[in-house]
Amino acid sequence: MRKIEPILAVLLAAAMIAAAIAAPWLRFVLTIALAKGIAVLGIMLLLRAGQVSFGHALYVAFGAYVVAFLAPRLNDAVLLLAAAAVGAGLLGLLIGLFVARYRQIFFGMLNLAMCMVFYSLLEKLYHITRGSDGIRVEVMPVAGQALDRVAYEWAIFGIALALALGLGILLRLYLSSPMGEALAGIKTRETRLEFMGVPARGVLLSAYVISAVVGGIGGALIAMTSRHVTPLLSYWTASGELVFIAILGGAGGVLGPFLGAAAYELIRVYAAASFADAWQMILGAALLLVILFAPGGLWGMAGRLAGGRGR
Amino acid sequence: MTASLTRREALAAGFGTVLLPATLSAQPAQKPAEFKIGVTTFLSGPASVFGVPSRKACELLVEQMNAAGGIAGVPLRPIFVDEAPGTDHLVGEFRRLVQSEGVHAMFQSISSGSCLACTPLSRELQKLTILWDCGTQRIFEENRWDYAFRTQGYGTPEVLAPLLYLLKTKPNIRTLAVINQDYAWGRDSWELWKAAMDALKPGVRVVAEMFPRFGSTDFSTEITRLLALRPDVIYSTSWGGELVTFVRQATERRLHERSTFVLPVAEASLPALGRSMPEGHIIGTRGDHWNNHPAPANPQLFASFVNAYRQRFNEWPIYPCHHMAQALWALKAGLEKAVAAKNGGWPSDAELANAFRGLTFPTPTSTITLREDGQGLEDQIVGLSSFNERFPFSVPKEMMLFPGAQVSAPVGQKSTDWLKTLTPDFIQQAGRSI
Amino acid sequence: MAEWFQDNGLLLGLALLDGLSSAGLIFLVAVGLNLVFGVLRIVNVAHGSLYAIGAYSAASIGIFLASLGLPGWASIPALVVSAALVGAVLGPLIERFLLRRIYAQEEVVQLLVTFALFMVLEDVQKLVWGVQPIHHDTAMTLLGTIDIPFAGDVIPFTNYQLFVLPGFAVVTLVGLAWFLRRTLTGRVIVAVTTDREAATAMGIDASRIYLLTFSFGAALAALGGALSSPTAALVPGIGAQTIVLSFAVVATAGLGQIEGAALTSLMMGLGRSIAVYFEPELEVVVPYIIMVLVLLVRPQGLFGVTETRRV
Repeated sequence: MRKIEPILAVLLAAAMIAAAIAAPWLRFVLTIALAKGIAVLGIMLLLRAGQVSFGHALYVAFGAYVVAFLAPRLNDAVLLLAAAAVGAGLLGLLIGLFVARYRQIFFGMLNLAMCMVFYSLLEKLYHITRGSDGIRVEVMPVAGQALDRVAYEWAIFGIALALALGLGILLRLYLSSPMGEALAGIKTRETRLEFMGVPARGVLLSAYVISAVVGGIGGALIAMTSRHVTPLLSYWTASGELVFIAILGGAGGVLGPFLGAAAYELIRVYAAASFADAWQMILGAALLLVILFAPGGLWGMAGRLAGGRGR
Repeated sequence: MTASLTRREALAAGFGTVLLPATLSAQPAQKPAEFKIGVTTFLSGPASVFGVPSRKACELLVEQMNAAGGIAGVPLRPIFVDEAPGTDHLVGEFRRLVQSEGVHAMFQSISSGSCLACTPLSRELQKLTILWDCGTQRIFEENRWDYAFRTQGYGTPEVLAPLLYLLKTKPNIRTLAVINQDYAWGRDSWELWKAAMDALKPGVRVVAEMFPRFGSTDFSTEITRLLALRPDVIYSTSWGGELVTFVRQATERRLHERSTFVLPVAEASLPALGRSMPEGHIIGTRGDHWNNHPAPANPQLFASFVNAYRQRFNEWPIYPCHHMAQALWALKAGLEKAVAAKNGGWPSDAELANAFRGLTFPTPTSTITLREDGQGLEDQIVGLSSFNERFPFSVPKEMMLFPGAQVSAPVGQKSTDWLKTLTPDFIQQAGRSI
Repeated sequence: MAEWFQDNGLLLGLALLDGLSSAGLIFLVAVGLNLVFGVLRIVNVAHGSLYAIGAYSAASIGIFLASLGLPGWASIPALVVSAALVGAVLGPLIERFLLRRIYAQEEVVQLLVTFALFMVLEDVQKLVWGVQPIHHDTAMTLLGTIDIPFAGDVIPFTNYQLFVLPGFAVVTLVGLAWFLRRTLTGRVIVAVTTDREAATAMGIDASRIYLLTFSFGAALAALGGALSSPTAALVPGIGAQTIVLSFAVVATAGLGQIEGAALTSLMMGLGRSIAVYFEPELEVVVPYIIMVLVLLVRPQGLFGVTETRRV
């Protein structure tokens, strides 16, 4: 399965490019899907350690608001992406120092609490954040090049795709490094890790910071694509959505989040178009079906299709 | 179900047939077989109390219009999209509707956040966009839009009219408390009210500013505090379930005997409140379309819309239904004007949008003019809650009408700046009893 | 400080009264969630939906009874009956057909199943009860108000909110404590909560206990909803709003701890109402602040037991 992962990745990327050429609105949906996929990489990393963050929308929203706030001053997509990544990483370090002490439900709920506090702040600090009206993000230059709207949208799509591939490869390396292997140790028997002299909290913290960074990058890309940010990005259901995508995709390889995100966005569009007032039910039912009948998610399915040698 | 089937097919075509250019706006204008309207509205979540009735009204009116031959001989087809999932989804849906479904006009949205996010798309995609319900003043005060028009009033007149009514009928108020939902409309509508009140009647003391969480189901603590403070006036622009909950908890504890409520968005919650709405408090409807309007401009049309809605859905229409109807009537007037300008030819997107600038279209109650900046001027009627035999719920009495032009900020001025220029004389000049 | 109390002491008294009634409701919802979590180790996101369905059912049954011409007092037992109905019908359905299939899977998958269920139920609710606010307040209006003297004035409180809600909470707390400590089934539940493996090893039929606990938890959620229905208008989305707070209560209280849930609810109810008087903008974040503070001092929650670290 691991061998065919790169091939699958290239195929998926090619399919996305073809679809984006075919239909401009799909390009938009797919850029969002890529952005969410990048954010979900972080969820997957924490899942490897057996921890569920029910509050990672915090970093997505933070990245998005970094873009919205700094865009007038730091008017370049590349710089803003870097700023969002660094900002989210610092925030992740700060919060991570606190939450990495906790496990399971406490870990999940503390993250949820942080995320909801951020949501409330976005609503409360109305004069800075414009509350639920949100902040508009204008088309911005990319790496110093002023672009028209269509070229800009292509550029962001391209950046998202490149980042998805790049971050996917990096995380794959990370997971197979000793640090990554130790993550899995936290899930099975944390005490054993410590007997071996591996500081579990440090391992989890580093994964947490990485997950915050990719969350921030995902959020920045969402802001650059939808070009309007609102506090809803940080609501608890948005966090649930990220976990949803992670499970839909399957927690196996780094491709899972992208499979999951693409499937999630497409199901949602399809459901919204066909049954505008019951899209939630369709999404929920789709997830139930995957969990009950296709454990391992889409990635697991892909694995079985590719010769039944899933993890 | 046939509609959703074809929509599904259209979507399948979007995924499947790969190399079909989907942008229609660049092609020479041809008379379409049907005029598709993309409608964004809340179909889930707390704001679906507005969204679902508006959708019903839209379907009803479109059916009636199609039975009468459509607009300019073309039948209409609305395609609905839920606003609730959030901006990133909605912006994507807007694009899908324009670029893949090929809608000819967009009707958006209930939430101001949605409007602020989507209105720029009207320019990018060059598609006529009618803002059918959202109230934020920022849209037309901070930008100029060639393709976007709002076919109803907005926050400023909707807040100013009840304030003027209050100051006309109770000139001696000294203290006031506000309890609004904690989101943009709750904050905006307070800022507008405060600016206008400080200009029109300086010296009114604000004894409490409370913004409970959006979606709260318990206001007893806030009510206790208000009972202890005894402000002369309690101002709240809350709506939906929260307003119902607040009024019921407050009246049960006799808060309405200590303070006068000013509720500019009350109308939509009055049917749900029924007889438990207290009498003698100031209520608004975000416009002039009260079910007991004493002198509608076109009584037959008004009665036929209200009765058809009641017969079909077994409930009274609320203001979002009227706002949706206004958008459709505006579309009819604008499209017919554009077709007439081309001597029966079909207008391009730009020509269609141009027809709306300065357009005056009739509503059952009055007329609405779309100003130079795209903002509609809708009259506001405010009154005191009361009961009569015709309605199983509260309706206004001692109504006053404030013409839209009088209570809206002039073109090119920001509302908060304009409100600060008002003087106490304005109270007497504004509005008239009806 | 003394001066401050002289000025604000009376207000603080009012805040305490308000806090009690809101604590009562918070407790009723959270305790069910906590019980289910303690036994099944599932964070039941759909608990919020059960709350909403309980509320809607109570209002519907109340309206139906009134239409039969039954006297107003009948609507009070109707609240309890509708909660029991929801627990007895939906509880077993969900446990048998959904949760039972996934006990063997990872924690995150279980959480996600309930999240999916939450999405489905959100739409089901809309299909059944529509979107217009529904209310049936006979239970509140029937019991009337009581005037509490305040600085030469009187403040009317509804008897329902001042006595019935906290009363139900106390009865539930005492009843639960008795049930868990004094009855065989209760002790078995406690045994499963404390150590699932040991309990099943000793021959306890875990599947029966799961079914029972989940149905009971569902009934408690529905009871919370039903009791709130006389005071609040019911609209789509009330479940989503309620559940976040309950999450915070559960994590703060400690797993499966009913006394912990009671104390936490009290702190959060009082904290919020005091905030409304003195710093309204803080009201929303008060529960999270309490949670973070408690977990800083007691990482296992207020009454949580430190689990033995397994090697």
